[in-house]
Amino acid sequence: MTASLAWSYTKKVGFYLLVAVIIVVSVFPFYYAILTSFKSGTDLFRITYWPTSFSWANYTAVMTQGSFPRNLLNSVFVATVTVLLALFLAITASFALSRVRFRGRSLLLMTILAVSMFPQIAVLAGLFEVIRALGIYNTPWALIFSYTIFTLPFTVWVLTTFMRDLPIEIEEAAIVDGATPWVIITRVFMPLMWPALVTTGLLAFIGAWNEFLFALTFTSSNQTRTVPVAIALLSGGTQYEIPWGNIMAASVIVTVPLVVLVLIFQRKIVSGLTAGGVKG
Amino acid sequence: MKINKLLVGLLGSVALTGGVAQAADLAIVSGDTGTGLAFLRSQLDRFEEETGHTVTVVPMPSSTTDQFGQYRLWLAAGNTDIDVYQTDVIWAPQLADQFLDLTEAAADVAGEHFPSIIESQTVDGKLVALPAFTDAPALYYRTDLLEKYNKEVPTTWAELEATAQEIMDGERAEGNNDMWGFVFQGNAYEGLTCDALEWVVSNGGGQIVEADGTISINNPQAAEAIDRAAGWIGTIAPEGVLGYMEEESRGVWQLGNAVFMRNWPYAYSLGNGDDSAVKDLFDVAPLPAGEGEGARSAATLGGWNVAVSKYSPDPDAAIELALFLSSSEVQKERAIMQSNLPTIEALYDDAEVAEAQPIIPAWKEIFQNAVPRPSAPTKTDYNEVSSLFWSAVHDTLSGNGSAAENLEILEADLTDLKGDGW
Amino acid sequence: MTTDTMTPAIPVTRGSARSELMKQRVLAARWFLVPMLIALGVVAGWPLLRSIWFSFTDASLNNLYGAEFIGIGNYLRWTTLESGRTIYRGLLVDSAWWNAVWNTVRFAAISVGLETVFGMIVALVLNAEFRGRGFVRAAILIPWAIPTIVSARMWGWMLNDQFGIINDMMLRLGLISQKIAWTASADTAMTAVIVVDVWKTTPFMALLVLAGLQMIPRDIYEAADIDGVSKWKQFWRITLPLVRPALMVAIIFRILDAMRIFDLIYVLTPNSSSTKTMSVLARENLFDFDNFAYGSAQSTLLFLIIAGMTVLYIWLGRVNFEGGER
Repeated sequence: MTASLAWSYTKKVGFYLLVAVIIVVSVFPFYYAILTSFKSGTDLFRITYWPTSFSWANYTAVMTQGSFPRNLLNSVFVATVTVLLALFLAITASFALSRVRFRGRSLLLMTILAVSMFPQIAVLAGLFEVIRALGIYNTPWALIFSYTIFTLPFTVWVLTTFMRDLPIEIEEAAIVDGATPWVIITRVFMPLMWPALVTTGLLAFIGAWNEFLFALTFTSSNQTRTVPVAIALLSGGTQYEIPWGNIMAASVIVTVPLVVLVLIFQRKIVSGLTAGGVKG
Repeated sequence: MKINKLLVGLLGSVALTGGVAQAADLAIVSGDTGTGLAFLRSQLDRFEEETGHTVTVVPMPSSTTDQFGQYRLWLAAGNTDIDVYQTDVIWAPQLADQFLDLTEAAADVAGEHFPSIIESQTVDGKLVALPAFTDAPALYYRTDLLEKYNKEVPTTWAELEATAQEIMDGERAEGNNDMWGFVFQGNAYEGLTCDALEWVVSNGGGQIVEADGTISINNPQAAEAIDRAAGWIGTIAPEGVLGYMEEESRGVWQLGNAVFMRNWPYAYSLGNGDDSAVKDLFDVAPLPAGEGEGARSAATLGGWNVAVSKYSPDPDAAIELALFLSSSEVQKERAIMQSNLPTIEALYDDAEVAEAQPIIPAWKEIFQNAVPRPSAPTKTDYNEVSSLFWSAVHDTLSGNGSAAENLEILEADLTDLKGDGW
Repeated sequence: MTTDTMTPAIPVTRGSARSELMKQRVLAARWFLVPMLIALGVVAGWPLLRSIWFSFTDASLNNLYGAEFIGIGNYLRWTTLESGRTIYRGLLVDSAWWNAVWNTVRFAAISVGLETVFGMIVALVLNAEFRGRGFVRAAILIPWAIPTIVSARMWGWMLNDQFGIINDMMLRLGLISQKIAWTASADTAMTAVIVVDVWKTTPFMALLVLAGLQMIPRDIYEAADIDGVSKWKQFWRITLPLVRPALMVAIIFRILDAMRIFDLIYVLTPNSSSTKTMSVLARENLFDFDNFAYGSAQSTLLFLIIAGMTVLYIWLGRVNFEGGER
C-alpha cells in the first residue's frame, strides 16, 4: 500500500519536474530578453541572472521612435485578415478534399503542397511583378496576398487531415436531415473542429505576424511596414551599433499580444471532441 | 530598354535646359541608422525649404547585404517609387546600369573630392554616384596599458603581436582572465575581406585583383600575411573572433578586455561614452605595416554615396538632391555633427571641423593610406570575388589548410570566374 | 488505419437518389475548391513558373527582361577539349551545391527528428489534466512566437563566447572548463543552429500533435483502463496510431521548412562551406552575386529535391490521401 503510494507520489513529482523543465527551457530566453530590455549602454555586455536595474527608456524609445505603434496595428490587421482568409478558403476546400471522393484528389493535394516547396527568396522576383501588376504594392493587401502562399497550403493540409478523421455517422445523420454541404461544414463540422481550427489559425497567425522578407520587399514606407521590419529598422546611434536594449524591448512588445492570444484561445484548443460527445 | 534610357536622358536634358524648377515628390532610401537618419532628415528639411521639393526617407535595415539584395530587386523590376539610393562604396560597378550618369551634373564639383573616391564611383567613364562621406578603420589601443608596460604604439604587425602577448600575459597573471591582446572582424563576411585586404596590402601582397584586372592574390607575401593572422587565433585573439563582426569586437573592447582593436571610426565616440570601461583610456593610430618589400600601413576604404535611379519619374529634381547631399556644406555639417569623414579634401583643414571633431584631421593620415577593395576591376562579379576571398581567409584562420594552399585554390577559382575577362 | 472507415464512401443502397446526392456533393466540392485554387494560382503560379523559366535562361538582375533561353546550360553543360577529354560544368556537377544539399539534409533530419520526439512529449504533458496548464500552454508557445529575425539574433547574443550567458552558465555548472566560441567554428555552429531550431519549432509540433490528441475520444482510454491495458501499451496501441495523421502532416511541414532553412544559418554561423545550406547558396547567387539564372536553377533543384523527399516520406510513412480507397 505504502509502496504504491510512494510510486504515485514519485510519478507526480516526476511529472511536475518535467513541466518545470519544459517551462524553463521555453521561457528562459524570453526572460533573458526581458532582462536585457531593461538594460542600457555597456551594461548590455555584462551577464546578470536577475534584474539589476529597471529603466523603461528602451520601451519609450521603441514606442516613440519611428512609427512603431502604427506598425503594430499593421501587423495585427495583416495577420488577422490573412488568417481569416486562409481559414475560410481552407475549410471549404478541405471539406471537398477530405469528404468527397473524386479523381485526382491526391494529385491536387500534392500540388497544393508543392507551393510550399520553393524557397521564399526564389519567388520574390515573380511575386513582386504580380503585386505591381495588381497595383497593390506598398499596401497591406500586398502582404495579405503574398502571405497566402505559405498559410493556405498549411491550413488546407492540416484541416483536411483532421476533417478526414471525423466519424462518418454524424455526417450521415445530417444528410438524412437534408443538410447541404455548406450547412454540414458550418453547423456540424466546425463545432467539432475547434481544436484544429484554433491551432492552425494560431500557427498561421504567428507565421504571418513574424514574416520579414516579403514585408520588407513589398512595402516602401514606414506607414505600411509591419513589426518585424520595424524591429530590423531599430538602430543604434551609429552604423555598426546594434541597439540590443531596444530590439529586446520591441520583441517583448510583439510577443506579449501573442501570449495573450494563446491564453484567450487555449480553452478552445482543448474543448472539441471531448465536449462534443461523439463516439469514434 | 534602349528607348527607355533615351527617354530618360531626353527628359532629363529637357528639364535641365528648361530650368523651370517644379516641385517634385522624391523618395530617398537609406540604410543609415539612429542619429544618422535624424541628421539626414534635418538636411532634407533644409533642402525642402530651399527648393520646394518634398523628400520622404525610406529607412532600410542596417545590414548592407540585405540592402543590396533589396535594391537590386527593386531596380531590376524598375521600381519608380524610389528616386535616390544611398550606396556603399563597392556597389557602383555592380549597379552601374541602373543609375543615371552624373558626370555632367557634377562637372563643377567633382574636382573638390578626393580623386580616388570619384574614381571608385566611375564605371566606364560614367559617374554612377556622388560621395557623401568616407570611412577608414584604425588601430585602437589602450593608452593606460601601454604606459603600464612601458610600450610604444606598434607600427608593425610583429610589434603588435609581441606587445599584445606580453600585456595579455601580464594582465592574466594579475587575475584578469578575460583579457585578450587583439580583436578584429573574423567572421566570414564582407568585413573579413576588409580586414584581410589590409593584412595583405600592408605586407606588400597586392590588392587581390589589381586595377588592370590581373589576379595577384597567390603570392608568398600575401600568404605570409594571412598565415600570420592565423597565428593570432587562440593566442592573442579569442577563438570566437572567427565569428565576430564589428559589434562583437567592440563589445570585448568596450568591457576593457582587449589591448588592441581594429575598427571603424564609429567605435571612437561610443568607446568614450559614460558607461564605457575604456573611457579616456584609449587612442587611435594607423594600422600596423608588415615586413618586406612594399610593406606599409593600409586601411580599407569604406564610405557611402548617393546615386539616382534611372527609373525616377523626376530625374532632374533627384539629381539636385544627390548634388545637395554630397555638397561641401552638408559634408561639413555631417563631419561636425556625425564625425563622418568628409570626401572633400579642404574640410580636413577646416578650423570648425577640427574644433568640433579633433579626430577628423588626425584621420586624414589614416585615410591617405586607404586602399579600395577590387570592386572596380571585377565589376559585377565583385561580390563573388569577395566571398571567395573571405572564405579562403576564413578557412586559413580556422586551420583548414595553410594560406599558400588556400590562396592557390582561390587563384584557380578566381581565374575560372574571370573567364575571358571581368 | 483509422481513416479506412471514415471517408464518406456513402453506401449506394438507395439507387438513383443516392447517386443524385453524390453528384450534388461532387459539384459542391468543385465550387468549394475553386476559390482556393484561384487564390493559389494567382499568388504562386506565376512566381513559381517564372523561377523555373529563369533557370533555363541567362537572366541577370541587371537585365531581367532581356533574358534569353539557353536550355539546360545552368544545370549541365559540357565542352570537349582538343585532347578529346570532356569537361562538365553546371549545377549538377557543382560540388559546392551538393555539399550544401548534404548540409541541409543532415540538418533537416536531425532537427525534425528531435522536434518530433520533444513535440510528442510536450503534447502528452499538455494533454494531461493539471493545474495551470493554460499558463503552460501559453508559455511553450513563446519560442514560436518570437520573430525569427529576433530569436536568431538573441541566441547569437546568448551564445557569444565572451559575454554570452550560455558559456557563463555552463562554466558555473562546471560543464565546461573554458569559454567556447559556439558560433565561430563550423562544428559547434551547426550544433548551435540545431539547438535553436529545435527550441523554436518544437511548439509548432507540440501544438499540432496536441490538437490531434484532443480529437481522440476519451472513452477509448476509459475502455482500455477497464481492460487493464498499461499506459505504455495504450500509448503505442491507441494514442500513436490515432494521432498519426496529425503527426505526419506536422512532420511534412517541418521537413519543408527545415529543407529551406535560411535565417538561422545566415545569422548564427560563420558563412563557411561547412554550414551553408541550399537556400543560403541560392540567395547568394540570386541577389549577392550576378548569377540570377544560376540561383533560379538552384531554387528549382531545391524544389525538386524537396518534392522527391516528400513523396518518399509520404510513401514510406504511408500517409493516406484517399481514405477508404486504400
